[in-house]
Amino acid sequence: MIDDETVRHVARLARLRLSPDEEQVMREELSGILEHIDAIRAMDLDGVPPTTHVITLENVVRPDVPVSGLTRDEALREAAHATDEGFGVPRMD
Amino acid sequence: MSAYEPVIGVEIHVQLSTRTKMFCGCELSFGDPPNTHTCPVCLAHPGVLPVVNEEAVRRALLIGLALGCEIAPRSIFHRKNYFYPDLPKAYQISQFDIPICGRGEFRALREDGSELLVGITRAHLEEDAAKLTHAGGRRAGAAESVVDFNRGGTPLVEIVTEPDLRSPSDVALFLRQLRQTLLFLGVSDCSMEEGSMRADANVSIRPVGSHEYGTKTELKNMNSFRFLERGIEAEIARQEEIVGAGGRVSQETVHYEPDTGHITSLRSKEESHDYRYFPEPDLVPIAPDPAWVEELRAGLPELPLPLRRRMVGEMGLSAEDAEVLTEGPELVVYFLEAAALADPKACANWIRGELRAQLREAGVEPWQSKVTPAHVAALVGLLDAGTVTVPAAKEVMAEVIVSGEDPADVVESKGLGAMDEGDLAAVVAEIVAANPDQAQQLRDGKNKVIGFFVGQTMKRTGGRADPQSVQRLVREAVRGD
Repeated sequence: MIDDETVRHVARLARLRLSPDEEQVMREELSGILEHIDAIRAMDLDGVPPTTHVITLENVVRPDVPVSGLTRDEALREAAHATDEGFGVPRMD
Repeated sequence: MSAYEPVIGVEIHVQLSTRTKMFCGCELSFGDPPNTHTCPVCLAHPGVLPVVNEEAVRRALLIGLALGCEIAPRSIFHRKNYFYPDLPKAYQISQFDIPICGRGEFRALREDGSELLVGITRAHLEEDAAKLTHAGGRRAGAAESVVDFNRGGTPLVEIVTEPDLRSPSDVALFLRQLRQTLLFLGVSDCSMEEGSMRADANVSIRPVGSHEYGTKTELKNMNSFRFLERGIEAEIARQEEIVGAGGRVSQETVHYEPDTGHITSLRSKEESHDYRYFPEPDLVPIAPDPAWVEELRAGLPELPLPLRRRMVGEMGLSAEDAEVLTEGPELVVYFLEAAALADPKACANWIRGELRAQLREAGVEPWQSKVTPAHVAALVGLLDAGTVTVPAAKEVMAEVIVSGEDPADVVESKGLGAMDEGDLAAVVAEIVAANPDQAQQLRDGKNKVIGFFVGQTMKRTGGRADPQSVQRLVREAVRGD
């Protein structure tokens, strides 16, 4: 079981504000995931190469040719907050 | 002599000048209206999938090959997780433990002819973040910044060096020559001002003779080599002061204010480097065909350092000539074409000197002008043969700049050919006779007066007289009086 401080650290990284109840739920769920990893760790995996992908495809690429995308109006339509030209976000400087 | 030795490594971000972004087909742009080059992929709409731009891979390989890097037979992408409004996915697709280009090295040439060897740790592919602007002040109610996603997703190659640099001036030298190499490869515009090349420096100090590393700070995002050099100087001074007073340098990101010369801390939160890298499941590995890699290696252009050596060693140019002329690929090609037709040193002098000076006003570079490399060579040939004097040659060049005519034709049509000695002696004799006071002053040892006679003669001959011959003839004429 991971400790509360670890849960709060991960929440901070994800910019999430959790209530004490939510922290408890997260603690249990995250611990469950880690226990699953522990189960894999407990196996004898000598000689098994690390696997980053489950498919054997390589070099899936596209040519460097422009494809038209969204107009600015389309791009900004779904924004929670937009200015005339861009996506508005809380002041960052 | 300081008791401390600086230890510096750099990270360079280079925007590749491909047509489209790293993982989607949106066109790259600089200066277009905000948010006019976006799509669901680079805006990170749910359910979209990135696809690698093959040209970006090719350019990353070119960079790796030019830096002598080991090319990974199979590299993978990772997600680098962090939250910031310029990163819509909340992760940047980058490379982590298996970059496309591994260890290499770069050799730079110092002015004194010594070599600076810089180890390259890696060069990897990633995507650029979007651009945040804070202009426009505070709008009604909410204080805000505005995000422009045109830049978001631009292909980047990040080049990381070993901590091999020992002085701010070496850092600037290395970066300038690395930039030249990248320009020769044609992979990027490498404009520090426009941000298509950006450099961060990791700076630490240690007692001279020590082999341990001190705690390093990261000097962020300087937009010119000079500011970076000054910033590193200021940071070294700051660290020396701290350590000299018995303190400890703390690991942090710092910023240099070019206006004040001050270093400020961007004290970041402790977890900011907790990027939780993990393999990008949406992209499969890049495994470049070895035959392709060899083809790219064979097709590399002649790079600045070997070229500079050849210019100094075989063509008789000064180290400074070589440095100036290898500034960019266009100028080099221009010079080499001229140098193949006439004395290389003379061509170098004319291109660097008179030609660029005359073109500067119009804001045109030699290769963009009507003056071809063959014209430069022809002019050098005319000078060599004594057909024109230096002042006349400058006039010929001015004419070629305007008309694009052959220099020999200009000499002919404008009557700019050098005067023969007899005609010139007659002109000089006339001028000396017409100015007896000045002639007497010269006889009395007032040598400055010679300039008056040279000036008069040049005026009368329209620059078709060789100034040195004029000086000699004036002295002869004055003595003979």
